[in-house]
Amino acid sequence: MKSNSKKNRLNRFKVQGLLVFALVAFAAIIAGCGSSSDSDSGSKIALVAYSTPQTAYEDGIEPGFQGTDEGDGIDFSNSFGASGDQSRAVEAGQKADYVNFALETDVTRLVDAGKVADTWRDNKYKGIVTNSVVSLVVRPGNPEGIESFQDLIDKDVEVVTPNPFTSGGARWNIMAIYGAAINEGASPKEALDSVKAVLAKTPAQPESARVALQAFVGGAGDVLISYENEAIAAQTAGEDVEYVIPDDTILIEQPAAVTIDAAQSAQDFLDYNWTDAGQQIWQEQGYRSVNPALLDKEKFPVPSGLFTIEDFGGWDKVATDFFDEENGSIAKINQELGVEAE
Amino acid sequence: MSGEAQTVNPVAPPTGKPTRAGIRLPGVGESLNKGLVVTYLGLIVLLPLAAIATKAFEDGFGGFWDAVSSPQAFAALKLTVIASLIVVVINAIMGTLIAWVLVRDEFRGKGFVNSVIDLPFALPTIVASLTLLVVYGKDSPVGINIAFTQTAVVVALLFVTLPFVVRAVQPLLLSLDRDMESAAESLGAGKVRIFWRIIFPNLAPGIATGVALAFARALGEFGSLVLISGNVPFKTEVSSVFIRGQIESDNLVGASAVSVVLLATSLLLLACVTLAQRWGLRHDR
Amino acid sequence: MTGSGRLSRWSLRYVALGYLAMLLILPIGVILVRTFDEGVGAVVDAITTPDALHALRLTLLTVIIAVPLNTIFGVACALIMVRGKMRGKSIINALIDVPFAVSPVVVGLALILVYGEGGWFGADLAAIGIQVIFSTPGIVMAVIFVSLPFVARETIPVLQEVGDDQEKAAETLGASSWQIFWKITLPSIRWGVSYGVVLTTARALGEFGAVTIVSGRISGETETLPLFVQKQFETFNSVGAYSASLVLALLALATLLALNLMRRKEN
Repeated sequence: MKSNSKKNRLNRFKVQGLLVFALVAFAAIIAGCGSSSDSDSGSKIALVAYSTPQTAYEDGIEPGFQGTDEGDGIDFSNSFGASGDQSRAVEAGQKADYVNFALETDVTRLVDAGKVADTWRDNKYKGIVTNSVVSLVVRPGNPEGIESFQDLIDKDVEVVTPNPFTSGGARWNIMAIYGAAINEGASPKEALDSVKAVLAKTPAQPESARVALQAFVGGAGDVLISYENEAIAAQTAGEDVEYVIPDDTILIEQPAAVTIDAAQSAQDFLDYNWTDAGQQIWQEQGYRSVNPALLDKEKFPVPSGLFTIEDFGGWDKVATDFFDEENGSIAKINQELGVEAE
Repeated sequence: MSGEAQTVNPVAPPTGKPTRAGIRLPGVGESLNKGLVVTYLGLIVLLPLAAIATKAFEDGFGGFWDAVSSPQAFAALKLTVIASLIVVVINAIMGTLIAWVLVRDEFRGKGFVNSVIDLPFALPTIVASLTLLVVYGKDSPVGINIAFTQTAVVVALLFVTLPFVVRAVQPLLLSLDRDMESAAESLGAGKVRIFWRIIFPNLAPGIATGVALAFARALGEFGSLVLISGNVPFKTEVSSVFIRGQIESDNLVGASAVSVVLLATSLLLLACVTLAQRWGLRHDR
Repeated sequence: MTGSGRLSRWSLRYVALGYLAMLLILPIGVILVRTFDEGVGAVVDAITTPDALHALRLTLLTVIIAVPLNTIFGVACALIMVRGKMRGKSIINALIDVPFAVSPVVVGLALILVYGEGGWFGADLAAIGIQVIFSTPGIVMAVIFVSLPFVARETIPVLQEVGDDQEKAAETLGASSWQIFWKITLPSIRWGVSYGVVLTTARALGEFGAVTIVSGRISGETETLPLFVQKQFETFNSVGAYSASLVLALLALATLLALNLMRRKEN
């Protein structure tokens, strides 16, 4: 019996030891990883961006910057994801020195949260580092003969567009349809009807642009509303996609900014984007230069009826008027379509 | 080794106090065991849950109700709940059947089939979604195109909930005492009768568990639906996509509110299943 | 066996296999075909890049932490739920299932609400130098959360099924609690626990939704293998995406194979 109780005590220690070990390991992980970032601020830039320009940054802009005097010896930690998710992450405390998003409201969120100075737009290009345009991706050979947003309504086609409520970037698409109608002389009410007519023909509204492209390539719909840089990236990667730039379409403006606590190197990096060298790299990657003198008009034809979000009052106004999930015009359209579908 | 009760009178163990062994982890007192379990659950589950619940009611009950009863939220909830119910019924039947075949039957390739049951869990949902689109979309190798329909939602959910009932029933089948079955068979009972009267009651807890888990998972599923379901509001948009939209619009209260409803629905099913089990047990005696 | 017995056995088998073929085998076949679309070399290249290897290490790390913790919890919880006397069992019962009913999107949101900068504990933890969100601990917590229920849920029915007669008998014969646990209790629930571990591992390996929100998605630092898969997908690298998924599937298979080996050793 005595040996039993000794064994008992030993076994008790074994189990408790195991539990303690597990807890200690857990704690060690937490402690160890708390300081994962370099404290040598200035030699590493924490870049947080939306998902599309990943290749552009990793293969083009970052090496380009590292080749300059200011960029010599500077390292990057890269984070890419859906624009809204990334913006919210930075708002919730994710370390970021340089941010680049798909639309302005994702930067405004950070301004409101005190992470980005409200002077971020006070430069020559108003904080926009790259441009693109909303374009129509069609089947090879364009069998339906799609040329404009009006064709989407007139022709018997199925349309795929990312869901503008789960993907902020997809809001560009909606405003493109709206603005194209306005350009053709429609009243705001008629233009909204055009949007509604297009949305009524969508068998799929995937949650992001890339997923929408994949769905389209996988057989969904006859035409995909997407961004020119997305289509070019797909083509470069070997996907068999063909795209059309309508005469009336919206200019996509992709903003970038540095955070308030960022080191000078981040600002240097931001400035690099606007140098001729930087803008050329962006163009090679499929983005339109924001510098009109540098714009490669052969690769990037300028639509005759190009308009911008400013024509509708800027994103702050549009986000409220159109995309407020209760009272926005688009939300109302969704409801009407939903009721009609019953 | 079946659980035959000993008929000797219990003798108090030499150490004096009854240790209530088998009731807790060895070396750890019963209250410490309880404490650890409760703390773990509290830290890992309760804390985040409380955060969501707090957020959901941040604008009071009125705000909660507004968020949940909006037409789009309601449409998404309806589709989600109905699809999930269909899925669990199919799973209850097919899951049990598959578990039966895997335990009681022998055929070539059984080991392979058994191994791949869990793959829907291990595969990142984007891959699941992509694969389902390829198999059941426009270029389907078996000629079945259900992409962007509500059927697609059900199929995707069936894919990700496949392991639940199967893996919950298998251990019970493996631990089953075959003596009673043999006895009943030798007394002339038919196979179906044997199944319903003897085997099924022992499997019921596993089926119930699997169903409750599958339902909960189906309610919240997101990733595997992205490519194949279409996400069209009011038609093929499930609640998790709707929640994502709420978050994107910075409406955390709405997102939390709908999440709370999903959670409540799942707990409701769990309660029903538990009650049904207890009722079944009571009526068996 | 009688003729009708054979027929019924076959029909059961083929219905089950047919269902599995349509729902599971066919998709897996497609994955395999697409993975090796550009040959084995391309697959090996895709999964041996520094980012891929780091993602694999990070995923394995989270699994090695999450699975044992959840297993210990699961067994302890099952013991209490089935054999213990306490109030609030139904609350615990409900809490165990919560991780499933919460969409992964919401899991991430919940963790940020608790541990994020503006959240309940974020600021306090940051003050003492602990960063949970957007760092490895956040990832581990998310993975623990989503894979928590399995061992408990698999073990509870089995424990109920086997009863505690043997333990009581052993106790009266003077066995220590350690002996009873290891020699009687654990073996009686081994299938429940084993399948629970298999499921927990598979789930922990494949978690994407919650991790993508709480990890910060920093390539080479906080990117797990499922996140890596997503990144490959986003950059039109489908071979990369499928290859990394294949690795995840193989890891999940490995746990099951280990289980099968144990079973075979027994028989």
